[in-house]
Amino acid sequence: MADTSHAELARVVREHAGRLAAALMHLTGDFAAAEDLVQDAVLAALRHWPSEGIPDRPDAWLFTVARRRGLDVLRRQDTYRGKLAELQWPVQPEPDERLRLIFTCCHPALPRPAQVALTLRVVCGLTTAQIARAFLVHESAVARRITRAKRKITEAGIPYRIPSDDELGARLAQVLTVIYLLFNEGYLSTAERAQSRDLVDDAEWLAGLLHQLMPTEPEVAGLLALIRLHRARADARFDPDGALVRLKDQDRSRWDRRAIADASRLLIRAGLQRRPGPYQLQAAIVACHAEAERWQDTDWEQILLLYDMLLHLEPSPVARLHRAVALRYVHGPRAAMAELDTLAADLDGYHLYHATRAELLRELGQPDRARAADQRALELTANPAEQAVLRDRLTGWSTVAGSVWPGG
Amino acid sequence: MKYVLLFVETEQFAADLEAMGPTERERAYARVGEWMATHADKIRGGNKLQGPQTATTVRLDQGEPVVMDGPFVEGKEVVSGYTEIEVADLDEALRMVATWPGCPLVEIRPLES
Repeated sequence: MADTSHAELARVVREHAGRLAAALMHLTGDFAAAEDLVQDAVLAALRHWPSEGIPDRPDAWLFTVARRRGLDVLRRQDTYRGKLAELQWPVQPEPDERLRLIFTCCHPALPRPAQVALTLRVVCGLTTAQIARAFLVHESAVARRITRAKRKITEAGIPYRIPSDDELGARLAQVLTVIYLLFNEGYLSTAERAQSRDLVDDAEWLAGLLHQLMPTEPEVAGLLALIRLHRARADARFDPDGALVRLKDQDRSRWDRRAIADASRLLIRAGLQRRPGPYQLQAAIVACHAEAERWQDTDWEQILLLYDMLLHLEPSPVARLHRAVALRYVHGPRAAMAELDTLAADLDGYHLYHATRAELLRELGQPDRARAADQRALELTANPAEQAVLRDRLTGWSTVAGSVWPGG
Repeated sequence: MKYVLLFVETEQFAADLEAMGPTERERAYARVGEWMATHADKIRGGNKLQGPQTATTVRLDQGEPVVMDGPFVEGKEVVSGYTEIEVADLDEALRMVATWPGCPLVEIRPLES
């Protein structure tokens, strides 16, 4: 089975890297050492498996490499070495061992980029080079970030454990932010980065793992549902030329109705716990869009209500901007415009603010001001797909007024 | 693990303290005293420092020692005290600091073992 596909390789590595890290961590109690050994094993797998094929027992293969390497590097640490030499695979770690790993990687005493890089390397088995490619940064920068983070874990005494109940809420929020960030990074990237590992896969997998390990946390289920609802419609987001298609214009027959229904059920189950949170609410908003058969069937009143709840929990100018779009469909463009005017100071540097303004101005019969707003939006975005939509609009290719892109 | 908590005051905090009446200020100090008492089993020492206007800094990397008036960094935020603590890990230190009723910034620094 040579010629193993890129995606299959990523899937197998992801399935086993975190378990191996957890097992080695359990054994040595040394986060940095365990992390290094896993990375070595992953690199060896990526060297060998594409030509030799994925072994029947990839977990045992990775473990053997990690152990061999471990015996080598831990030569001076006899206690670990002894334990490692005796160890047989499969090690049965405690069921929540990977959970501890995740919480350590996302500890709030680490800077966000380090949380992201560590989680990807340790829990998902990405290599430093893959992380660098996904985030368009230098490999050496990622390596430095990881080295610094691992030193801080050891030297500052960052514990390897699941936070206690009174800390859990805040700590879980950190983990969810990391996963959401990965998802966004992958979701907003365009075809140019198609060669690199798909961070959206990693984000969904991580959210799924977390949901499996913490099934009673409704916000975890909410984030998983949010990711799945977006992915279920991903095929319709770009046209054959790679241009971004706005929600209004998407071919809804290309949406995965079954995946949408599954994700909605997941969300409803989470909602039964009556502990709403920002991810559940965002997912509910996306579900309103995803469940509409046609654009004109969109339940904007429900969406407006959900934005009100979201803003109550987590006030933010960007959420208010999205709410203004819903407001346009419930109370008309004039009401939405009045709301946008109050956001000018906060969002003047945000391209979607100006793009939304442009659409409303066009509806209100002010094409000149609309063009100026589109021009401003174009100056502010670096995303090629979004630039293309704006350029089309400015050159008059698409003059139909309609919703902005986000679609929740 | 042993850590030092460095308590950092801001200009705003100093001004607020200044503006308090005597009873109010006493209550503020009492809250700090209570916090110290609650965590007495983890506290290994420490002190309040006198103000930055009393600081003297000596520079030793210029050949001859250079003596200067003032703290080594001039800024709006100044270290106003320190406490050495002994706890299991950073999370325990963070939990302790979360209820600190005094100045608005606390830096947690592990000691070299």
